[in-house]
Amino acid sequence: MYFPISGTEISPFYLIGLGFIIGILGGFFGVGGSFLAGPALFAVGVPMNFVVGTDLLHIVGKSMVAARRHRILGNIDLRLAMVMVLGTIGGSEIGVQGVEALKRIAKVDLVVGVTTTIVLVATSCFVFFESWMALKLKGSDKPLQEQTSQEKDKQAFQFIAHWTHSLDWSPKLGLPHSGIKSISAWAILLVSFVGGIFSGFLGGGAGYIRMPSMVYLLGIPTHIAIGTDLFEVMVSASYGSFRHALNGNVDVLIALIMQTGAAVGAQIGAVLTQYFEGPKIRMAFAFLPLIGAGLMIYGFMTGHRIH
Amino acid sequence: MRPSQNWKAFAGELILYAMLLWGYFVFVLHYLADWLKELFDHDRWLFATVALLLMIGQAAGLEIVSSFLFQLIRRRQK
Repeated sequence: MYFPISGTEISPFYLIGLGFIIGILGGFFGVGGSFLAGPALFAVGVPMNFVVGTDLLHIVGKSMVAARRHRILGNIDLRLAMVMVLGTIGGSEIGVQGVEALKRIAKVDLVVGVTTTIVLVATSCFVFFESWMALKLKGSDKPLQEQTSQEKDKQAFQFIAHWTHSLDWSPKLGLPHSGIKSISAWAILLVSFVGGIFSGFLGGGAGYIRMPSMVYLLGIPTHIAIGTDLFEVMVSASYGSFRHALNGNVDVLIALIMQTGAAVGAQIGAVLTQYFEGPKIRMAFAFLPLIGAGLMIYGFMTGHRIH
Repeated sequence: MRPSQNWKAFAGELILYAMLLWGYFVFVLHYLADWLKELFDHDRWLFATVALLLMIGQAAGLEIVSSFLFQLIRRRQK
């Protein structure tokens, strides 16, 4: 099928299948899936500037569905999400301007592609190491269904989150839904601002950065980080995709077709989180960015055409 | 209900969803392509607004359809 806006020829079944897999991943891990969608679109010939903007638009639809499911499961901290939206929008605008600057010197594919690969590999290695350490920790003796969100969610590097909570940068706020008595709003804004830059620059919701950041830096329980991240992505991705559409970086048809598969996958993924504890979810998540990095490298080596 | 019947019911609902999608592709998305290209070339603000509204509208619509289908599966399982 020919897509006139981006000038590419792609099988719609490929896009639907891609959307379905990413939908499951999004609902289960709380990530937008751009670490997979971006490289997968690049590998079939979509120009990188369209990859960035189109993926953001697709995430708007997918995150709406998954966030609703997580809301039903009680996995969204609305107060946290509202603060994070502010930081993400600011960072996203900087990322968008970065892509425009690279377009002017015709270096989008190279810079965004290499940056994506490095970030994905680094994230994968860190999350794997931490979750492997966390799985070795002794947790609660209660059955999984009776444990609180903090008891389910053993973390190996809790000292990082404890240090963040101890920062005395006012204003501070409490996040009772996440089990946090007091945390600086600036810490939340900083984490979301950096996530926003990744989102606007590399495309997607940057959940592969933001979800681990929420867990390790802010000390948010994994299940709540997943749901809250999805809700926040819904808002910030709307802003980012609108800005990219204005700059001619969005092929809306590709996004619409991907989202048809994601609609089913997201529901399945969200329901599955009930049956797994935090460290196991993070351990499984650790391998995903490597798939994206592999697709990106494949795209560069073969001139980005999957036949 | 036996597990094999659950999978048959699930497969049936997926086939129904696929048929609805096919109809959506043929009668809606196919005709949108040229119009969206026109908007993209001549009116970016309108294009950006339409893109966002289309995505939100489609997401809401598909969520209603897929939720309905999943509820059908669960009712049959009970």
